[in-house]
Amino acid sequence: MGLLEAIILAVLAASTPLLIAATGELVTERAGVLNLGVEGMMIVGAACGFGGAWLTGSTIIGALCGMAAGTLLSLVFAMMTLGLAVNQVATGLALTILGIGLSGLIGAGFVGEKITTAPHLYIPGLTDIPLVGRILFGEDAFIYLSLALVISVWLFLYRTRAGLVLRACGDNHVSAHALGYPVLRIRMFAVMFGGACAGLAGAYLPLAYTPFFIPGMTAGRGWIALALVVFSSWRPGRLVVGAYLFGAVTILQLHAQGAGLGIPSQFMSALPYLATVIVLVLISRARTGGSTAPAALGTVFVPDR
Amino acid sequence: MRKILIATMAVVLTAGASLFGASAADKLKVGFIYLGPVGDFGWTYQHELARQALVKEFGDKIETTYLENVSEGPDAERSIEQLVRAGNKLIFTTSFGYMDPTLKVAKKYPNVHFEHATGFKRDKNMSIYNGRFYEGRYIQGVIAGKMSKAGVLGYIASFPIPEVVMGINATILGAQTVNPNIKVKIIWANTWFDPGKEADAAKALLDQGADVIMQHTDSPAAMQVAEQRGAHAFGQDSDMAKFGPKAQLTAITNNWAPYYNQRVQAVLDKTWTSGDVWGGLDSKMVVMAPYTNMPDDVKKLAMETEAAITSGKMHPFKCPIVAQDASTVECKGGTHLDDGQILGMAFYVKGIDDKLPGK
Repeated sequence: MGLLEAIILAVLAASTPLLIAATGELVTERAGVLNLGVEGMMIVGAACGFGGAWLTGSTIIGALCGMAAGTLLSLVFAMMTLGLAVNQVATGLALTILGIGLSGLIGAGFVGEKITTAPHLYIPGLTDIPLVGRILFGEDAFIYLSLALVISVWLFLYRTRAGLVLRACGDNHVSAHALGYPVLRIRMFAVMFGGACAGLAGAYLPLAYTPFFIPGMTAGRGWIALALVVFSSWRPGRLVVGAYLFGAVTILQLHAQGAGLGIPSQFMSALPYLATVIVLVLISRARTGGSTAPAALGTVFVPDR
Repeated sequence: MRKILIATMAVVLTAGASLFGASAADKLKVGFIYLGPVGDFGWTYQHELARQALVKEFGDKIETTYLENVSEGPDAERSIEQLVRAGNKLIFTTSFGYMDPTLKVAKKYPNVHFEHATGFKRDKNMSIYNGRFYEGRYIQGVIAGKMSKAGVLGYIASFPIPEVVMGINATILGAQTVNPNIKVKIIWANTWFDPGKEADAAKALLDQGADVIMQHTDSPAAMQVAEQRGAHAFGQDSDMAKFGPKAQLTAITNNWAPYYNQRVQAVLDKTWTSGDVWGGLDSKMVVMAPYTNMPDDVKKLAMETEAAITSGKMHPFKCPIVAQDASTVECKGGTHLDDGQILGMAFYVKGIDDKLPGK
């Protein structure tokens, strides 16, 4: 395995959890709900995903457990912000704190246990193609599924009527409501989708990345996913670019250090975040017209009877 | 109104006091503040093992309490005070960042004994203690120098502070005794704990040709990567053999139990005085995990090195120490660097082909 191939494989693995979590959050935000609890849903997804896989020995069941846990936690958020019209920012932050505590409790029983990592695909013929075979056909299924997920979300948002309605709820909930669409129900589904994705992204960490569970193992990836949604200006295509860019800078800075390039490591560690800021500036400079954020993002909607 | 308030408060306080204090008027209460969860399989876990050893040793003569996941900062002060109010007379605060909060609370409660790990500030009722982990690093260096076929070691470092720098230097000095041309690749993760990043760093080091991984970060992620790739690695803080049965050569384990036993005994005997302990292999505060996955001659060499350091015959920082810029470091300790020089170490020794961040 050449160095370049090794780097690309590491980048793919590092980017995938960010991409999955950010895709979920993108849909949530497109429906007009700002859920800052991604980190909390991810870590609970990691705990439950590991637990599921450890008990059953199945990666798929682990992934499903992670998704279920993320969805359940997101329902708590939906109940508060949609049902009781509580402030979304405060609830999201509370959700993160709750998730971190809850995951420690859930995971206490299997800290220090280990599982086998998610199996890598092997397609005879294709995986053996030199250079590209391993990258395109030889990694764990999550990597390819995450790309399929983004494409599906893009198709849904821009090519289906339901997607149009969801975006309408995010841009102007009063009009959507006036047209007879069930704004709160649509938002609830969007929040649940976001929760399931965050749970899956969290589960990816113990299932495929580092096959054990330790409290706090998401180490801030949920926050990066949130930043990526803004970075992408709420567009799935740019989200892919952003996630891989972020993953690439993260991995390349490690390699640059190992190779002894002599660039200060603190600067290198800050580089991914710096790149995010720079791209944000470039995007906002290149844009004409108003903000790209969903117009009703983060605002509470209480339907008049 | 005021009277009612005061009366209510009195009732609440008595109730609270009886909840906390009733069971143990004559027992010595010992409190612990932990940085991480007790199941972190690293730093905090080792302190927890020592607490359990205390319970076993002293039985019903003492009563222990711990608070886990206490972040370093204002939270720490509140937590330490909480332990004091609950009647703990001996309190171990087990992370560097608890130094100032511990000192502050210690000044407020002169009758309570405090023990702070890895710090440098003391008071008449506040001791400090730490382990000479560099002794273990030196042994690891000797093993790594022997075991690396490529002659390239991979080192995952956390932050460029003296504790970490002395570890890197001790490792290289050890490795140079068996392979003068040994190379080391260093990656600063700029975190103590991020399993994903630690795994990525380990992969990057292996991809770049290193075949023995050492770490100064806390999770077993790097050990697992080494196991998967068929490379070797050393455990950190705890014995991580479970995560790398074929990869782990040994591990530096932090063994706080003997010290904790001694301090509890001192309080029970009323002989406790404020002290400053920097214990190494000789006091068993630093213990090497079993030497595994290596040929017998390497194992023998490792054990000889360990014995020599334990007996004081050998010192990892034996003079002359030549720094990276080819200057010889002043030898303040006679035959080796003195503790002050080691504790403030901010240079790389010769043979490290990299730049220390911030230099």
